[in-house]
Formats: sequence, structure tokens, C-alpha cells
Amino acid sequence: MHRVFFPDFPWKTLQNNLHNGPRPGPYFKRITQLPLSLLSTTISCSFPANSSFVFVHLSCYFISYQVKNPTSLFSLKTMSYVSSNRKPLLSRKATNDGHAENCPYFDGWKAYDKDPFHPTQNPSGVIQMGLAEHQLCFDLVQEWLVSNPEASICTKEGVDKFRDIALFQDYHGLPAFRNAVAKFMGRVRGDKVEFDPDRIVMSGGATGAHEMITFCLADPGDAFLVPTPYYAGFDRDLCWRTEARLLPVVCHSSNNFKVTRKALEEAYAKAVEANISVKGLLLTNPSNPLGTILDRDTLREAMSFINEKNIHLICDEIYAATVFRQPDFISIAEIIEEDQEYNRNLVHIIYSLSKDMGFPGFRVGIVYSYNDAVVECGRKMSSFGLVSSQTQYLIASMLSDDQFIGKFLLESAGRLATRHNDFTDGLRQVGIKCLNGNAGLFLWMDLRGLLMESTVEAETALWRVIINDVKLNVSPGSSFHCSEPGWFRVCIANMNEETTKVALARIREFVLRNGNKPNRKEKCWQSDLRLRLSFRRIDDVLRSPCIMSPHSPIPQSPLVRTRT
Amino acid sequence: MRLVVPLRGIVGGRGGLILGTFVPCALFCYLHIRRLRFLATRRVSERAEPIAKAEESPYYVGLGRVSQDPFDEVANPNGIIQLGLSENRLCLDLIEEWLSENLTGAMIGHGGDKRHLGIGGITGYQPHDGVTELKEAMAGFMSQVMGGEISFDPSRIVLTAGATPAIEILCYCLADPGDAFLVPTPYYPGFDRDMTWRTGVELIPVHCHSADNFILSIAALQQAFNQARKRGQRVQGILISNPSNPVGNLLPQKTLHDILDFARNKNIHIISDEIFAGSIHGNEEFFSLAKILDAENFDKSRAHILYGLSKDLSLAGFRVGVIYSYNDDVLAAAKKLTRFSSVSAPTQRLLISLLSDTSFIGRYLETNRKRIRKMYDIFVSGLKEIGVKYVDSSGGLYCWVDMSGLMHSHSVKEELELWDKLLNVAKVNATPGSACHSIEPGWFRCCFTTLSEGNIRIAIERIRKVAEMHKSSR
Repeated sequence: MHRVFFPDFPWKTLQNNLHNGPRPGPYFKRITQLPLSLLSTTISCSFPANSSFVFVHLSCYFISYQVKNPTSLFSLKTMSYVSSNRKPLLSRKATNDGHAENCPYFDGWKAYDKDPFHPTQNPSGVIQMGLAEHQLCFDLVQEWLVSNPEASICTKEGVDKFRDIALFQDYHGLPAFRNAVAKFMGRVRGDKVEFDPDRIVMSGGATGAHEMITFCLADPGDAFLVPTPYYAGFDRDLCWRTEARLLPVVCHSSNNFKVTRKALEEAYAKAVEANISVKGLLLTNPSNPLGTILDRDTLREAMSFINEKNIHLICDEIYAATVFRQPDFISIAEIIEEDQEYNRNLVHIIYSLSKDMGFPGFRVGIVYSYNDAVVECGRKMSSFGLVSSQTQYLIASMLSDDQFIGKFLLESAGRLATRHNDFTDGLRQVGIKCLNGNAGLFLWMDLRGLLMESTVEAETALWRVIINDVKLNVSPGSSFHCSEPGWFRVCIANMNEETTKVALARIREFVLRNGNKPNRKEKCWQSDLRLRLSFRRIDDVLRSPCIMSPHSPIPQSPLVRTRT
Repeated sequence: MRLVVPLRGIVGGRGGLILGTFVPCALFCYLHIRRLRFLATRRVSERAEPIAKAEESPYYVGLGRVSQDPFDEVANPNGIIQLGLSENRLCLDLIEEWLSENLTGAMIGHGGDKRHLGIGGITGYQPHDGVTELKEAMAGFMSQVMGGEISFDPSRIVLTAGATPAIEILCYCLADPGDAFLVPTPYYPGFDRDMTWRTGVELIPVHCHSADNFILSIAALQQAFNQARKRGQRVQGILISNPSNPVGNLLPQKTLHDILDFARNKNIHIISDEIFAGSIHGNEEFFSLAKILDAENFDKSRAHILYGLSKDLSLAGFRVGVIYSYNDDVLAAAKKLTRFSSVSAPTQRLLISLLSDTSFIGRYLETNRKRIRKMYDIFVSGLKEIGVKYVDSSGGLYCWVDMSGLMHSHSVKEELELWDKLLNVAKVNATPGSACHSIEPGWFRCCFTTLSEGNIRIAIERIRKVAEMHKSSR
């Protein structure tokens, strides 16, 4: 018997199976019909020397193939040898799905990529509302760049700086860059706190910053507590390469997703019970996807919680400048300035220019840590994601222009407020409520009333209708680990006014289309009383922003109809 | 009890049982409490710990010293001369000239002028693995650098923020923690940090000797591989630098063939670091891995090439690294991993126009080669004058110098003493061979492209002083 060796193949079992196992039955096929793709998934083969059969062990099935031509047996042998055994192996990280791109959040992006909306060229395409990008103030930045050509060292006006900057690869960053960023961070937080330029560690975007701080604080297997709902990318950014874990702190809509001490303690106790070492708490303030900010009490509560447990606090404040309405944003930096009793060695702030200035393409991420060891370690790690020196110089000049920054921040907040109001008003008209937020580039939209039942499956079904029929790429709450199905994140700042109108019109049409159905259903009312009732309820939901119990036995959604 | 029993024997006598139990218990408790106390104060993760401490490699120590006290002809004539950083300052004037001629006006212009950038093109989210136009320009540039005979497929290019993350990403893709790569010594001192720190991958040195002109021998490779196997370690690949850093020699075609055969036989990957491919100043012919793979029918899926603009285009600050992989799975994974370290969009846009100007690039590469050669000649003739030997090299921005003649004995300790003397007395920062894992003590890497001609002479003069001190002390 010829054998091709595959390391973990149970030969004994095969031999037993040859005697008592399944006879050529439904899986019987001619060798000529053996598809090539099957071979690559084949785990093992065995070739009895003088037999015209080849036995293939595929997952849990033993399949026998009859071989007509002995040479094909040989080619099969070599082929399987090459295709499955001789392939240089890749790492687990390269082959597992730690990139987490299989969740709906990324599916929606794929749908958008296939059929992107364009006002003239593709007016029926998918509108991207899953991307938290701040495009409302591009004109201001453009204006500044045009009037300050020397800031880019690659122009005639700025070329005399080129030599020094082009070679600059020190992981501390250009001093001017660090100073400007520290100043900007203070300014965004209302100049209530000062930031020390020497504590600024740069990395490749907020993504890189999150990963870096996780590398610095956690060993494989350690965990961070994260209040839900949280940004869909955290699973990938904090866990993929670092092998750390995230443990949800479950928050509920009943108190507007407030992070309570009780929820924190519960999550911590659960982790202790499961023997998981908790290294810290990760707060996003202002919250993505909620668009709300944390109040002073919550922040203090979190501070005393982490001090008590002696764990770290990572505060992600990348949306700090997107607060467009009262109350004012409160940074964790302010809390530790106010109360010197807290151990500041445990606090780390993540910042970036991607959201506040709308520069995700610049890849500027910042770790601001109050812990010297973390600063030092992060510095060395930042060589894995340095910001281009050309970009550092450009940003240093831009952020040092006080007048411009003042104008930008004011204008940005104003435009965000207008967009936010337009959108919430539009949604309110068709009876859709949103969580009352005052920050961020998105809305947290409540479609619980439209769900068939209060499950993630129902949410996904509704989401598929929205993406395929309404053609809006919004992100379902389940991708943010929201504990209650029916919430959706809608990004509003990555499009212009016209697109906003189109998006709102589509939502209106969707709701009206479903609202028209009662007429059609009037006919079947007599035969089915429950349906009649259900539509009265839906009318209620659509007209008034009241929220019905998710546990109601009454079918709540017009989708009951669209699905059947 | 296992601990107690031998200790009982040591303590002996009649009180043996009590003491033998008490002593180890007390010792254990003491150590345990100390460890707990240590844990309570430690606020950084274990993997961060070793690096958070002071840099101990003389490579980083030297770099740190220079940044505190850099040499300047006028401002600080007694400062330390930098021979430790492989940086090319020879041709920046050419790029400056090109920029001021071609990128007039603001960085973002209006309308269809290709040389100008639209605002949307630089601020918004871009593909993490680089914009397509830059990949195309980069493929053209790479083939120009490698002599124009090989063509590179832009879809096989993944751009990263510098060569450092590029090699780290490759390590993440190819190996699990605990797996190993074979690396011929002497190798670039940064690999230790870049490849192993966060990935948990290990590097196994494969020693090359001066007798073979520091060319890798397959026998040594085989031996290192077998030893790793015996230890139960999984070897996932071999990393070669071509042109070699720090030696500066090029791998002969035959050796490359042998390495490829070896990789195929052992079913491992091969990473070729060709970051100095455009800095070849000698007459020797350079064989890129891509060229070998093009010419013959090797199994390509195990080959990966590293490249970057830091050395050949002197744009170290711009942070552009390239992974060129023939393996689709590696490409797919690497593309996803670049989100942690992608190239800044404005920088990408600027480079597209620079790299697409092929006639300028042609001129640049030729001038660059000539200028490196000139500096190399000045440097080695200086070494000859003072009677210091070196390896004749034809690539890279550095010279591999044999200073064992300035040492009393052949040991790493002696080498580090000499390095210390060079740094603190002669005020020259060269990289000692031990930092590059060289098995023969006494070798130093000296980079000569950061200096002007006059400063090279000053550096040689300073080395001469150390040589004379050595002679008089004998």
C-alpha cells in the first residue's frame, strides 16, 4: 500500500474502516470526476498498491474512488502531495479570522464597494453611511493648504526644509509636531488641561495607537473591559496580533447606555470567576457608536473603579472635537487634574486627527500616557507605525496656526450640528427616533419597532433589507456588540447635502411603502385579526416615537410581510 | 518534597528534617513575596518589559550618544562622528531640484493637472495597503532599480509605513510565536527587535566566516536547521539580505539557487531583503530573487521580497516599505495587517509623481551609484593608508572593516572595549560586529554616506589615532 503522509492522519481508523466501513455508496465517484478543488481540501489519501481504488479521507467521510487509469493515480499522488502537504505553512494569525472582517459591519462595506452611489453616474447605488469620516470641512483645509504651500516640504516654497525632514526618522517625532499636537489636544478640550509634548507617542492612526497600548499593557490572554456597544474594529485592533481579549460591560438603553458601577463590577466579577486576568478598562469618550459623551460622575466612577482594582484605564478620545452641542466635553485628563488622589500612572489617552480634523489619510495616531514606562516602551514600538515626516511637518504648521484652528473648530462644530439636526428632524418626521447625542459623526438610530422579534437574526434580516432594497449601508448594532437588537449606527458626516437628501428620501420612501400596506392588508383583515392589530401598532410606532416592548407577541414589523 | 529531600542531605545531621523543611519553605515564601511585590509594581506587560528597560545593544547606545553630541565642523568640532547610521545624504540635492521644478505652487492644485493633488485624495481614508497609482509607480521604480530586466506586478505589492513594519508583518504572516527564521550572520542589528519583539518569533543565526568572504554556505544552513529541529523548534523560513547589510557583498547566483533548493527541500519560506538594491556601486552583477525566480521554474509561492525607499531614495522619513510576495495568501493577510501601519496619503501622492518620472529616476540612480562609489573609494583608501583591512564590497552605504589588528585578543569583550574607545576617545560611532551577531570579533560596520569628503578624512584620522595608541601600548 502506498501512503502519502499527512502528519495527523489516523491510519488505524482508515484501515478499520476499510474492513468494516462504508462501502462505495453515495459518495462513489470516478477518479476522472474528482474535482481539483476537492484535492486541495483533501486531508489525506491512501493508495493500495495493487488496487484500483483510492481512499480519500475528507473531513469525517471516507470516500473511495475507482481509478481506471493507473497513471492518473500517480498524478493524483503527486498533486495531493504538492497541494496539501508541501505548501509552506502560514501562521495562525495569517489564516484565522482575527481580522474580524466577516461581520456585517464589513459586509456592508463590500456591498457599498460593489455598487457605490454617485449623484449622476449611479443614482441608485448604495449610499455609504457606515464610514465615520468627517468631510464637512474639507474646503477649509483646502483653503489653508493653498495659502500655505511651504507647509508641504515638497514644493518650491518649502523645499529648503526638504533635506532635514526627508531623512528624519527618529521615533520621538519632530519636536514641532509634538508641541503642536499637545497644544491642539489642550485646545480641543477647552484649554482646561495642558498636555506635555514629551508624553506624546505617535503611531499609525488610532488603529495603531490602540494596538500599541495593548501591546504595552497586556500579555496574550489578558483582557480589557469594554462597555457595549463599542466600535466594531476594536476586536481586530486590540486582539488580533496582541492576543489580548475584550470582555463586554453590558449597557442598556433603559438608562441611555450609561456605564454604571454595577455593570463594571459585574463584568469584573465574571472575569475573575473565569480566571481571566483583567488588565484594564477601555472607555470611548465621546462614544462610538452612541454619539454621547460621558458625564463627570461616570468618569469619576470609572476612575475610582480602576484605582480600586488597580487596573489601567484607556480612554479613547478621538472624537473629542466633534462635540457640537452642550454639555461640554470632559476629558479624563481633566478628572485626574481635579483630583490628585487618583493614580495617574494607570491612565492612557488615545487620540488621533482622523475624526476631529477629518484626516484619516494622514495616519496620525497618538498615545498620551501618564505612565513613564509606557511612554518609553511605546516610543520604541512606534517604529512599527511612524508618521511620515513630511506629514508631521505639514501638520505641525497647520496646528500651530491658531487663527485657522480656531476657525476650523468653530465651523466644524457648527456644520456638524446642522447636519445632525437635519438628519434627526428628517427621521423624526417618519417616526424614527435616535439616541439623544451631542457628539460624533453618526447617529444611533432606534429601529427596534421595526423588528419582527427581538433577536439578532431579526436585526440582521432588517439590515439586509436596508442594504439591498433601501440601498443604505448602515451598521447594525450587533456588529458593535450591542446587547439589544434593533439599533443601527448611521454616519452622517461623510457626504454632501444632496446625498443627505437622497438618503433621507430613501428612508422616507421605505417607511411610507411599508406604511401603505395597511390599505392592501385591509382585505385580509377580516380573516386575520392579529394582522389588523399589528398594523395599528405599526402606525403608532411610525407616528409617535413611543417604543413598544421588544417582548410583545404582536408581530411588530412590516417586514413580516416583505419576508413572506 | 523533591526540593526538601536533597536539601536534607545538604543540611545533614540530626536537625536535618526540621531545617531541611524549614529552610526551603522560608526561601520559597521570601521569593514568592518578592515576586508578588514585583508584580504589584510592574505596570507594563511582560512582553514590553525587556524593551522598556534601557537599550543595551551597542548599536542603539551608539546612536543615542551621537544624537546627544553630534559632530559639526563649525558648531561642535569635538562631537561624535556618525558612522553607525546607514543613511544616504549624497543625492538629496537631486530630489530637491526635481521637487522645486515639478511641484510648483500649492501641494493641492486645481483641475486635471496630474502633479497636483485633490483634497479628497489626501485627507480621506485610502486603501491601507497603498493607493493603486503608487503601487504601479513603485513596480516601475523597482524594476528600474533592479536593472530593468525584471518586471514587477503591482498587484503583488503591499505598501507599509517603512521597512520595519514590512518585515514585522511578514513575520506575523509566516510564523507563530516560538517558530524560527534562519538568518545568516552578520545581520542588521535592528532585525532582533523588528522581527522578534512583538511577534514572538525567534532568529537562529547561521554563521558566515571571513574565510568565505562572508558568503552563506549551505552546509552551515543545513546544520543550523538540523539543530533547530533537534530542539523541537519549527523553522519557518530563511531571511537573506542582498546586498548584505552590514557586509555589503552580493549573493552569487549559485548561492541563491542553492538557497531556493534548500527552502524547497525543507518546505520553508524565503525572505529576501533587497532594500539596498539601488545602492550598488561596484561592478559585480546583482541578482535579485525576482530575477532568479523569473528565469527558472522555482516554486514561487514561498518567496517574498522586501524593499523600501529609505535607502535607495534617501527618504527614510517618508516611511515607505514594500512587501512583494509571490504568495496570494500572504498578500491577502498582509493587506489586512497594513491597517496598523499604512503610508500617509499626502506622502503617497507626492511619491507617485516622483517615481513616475522615469527619466529623472534613471538619472538619479546613476548619479547615486557614482557618488556612493566615490565616497567608498575615499573611505577605503583612507583605511588602506592607516593599514586597516576591510571586505571589498560592491553594495550598500557602509564598509565592513576588520579592526582586529587594533585589539589585544580576539574576544567580544575586547571588541566592545575597542568600540567604547572609538566612541568615547576617538569620538567615532561605528557598529561593532557583535551587535550584528558576527561570530568573529573585531569587525565593525562603518557607514560613509552621511558624511562629506572632508569629514570622512577626519573620521579616518580619528581611527588612526586609536591605531597608534594601540601600537604604543603594545
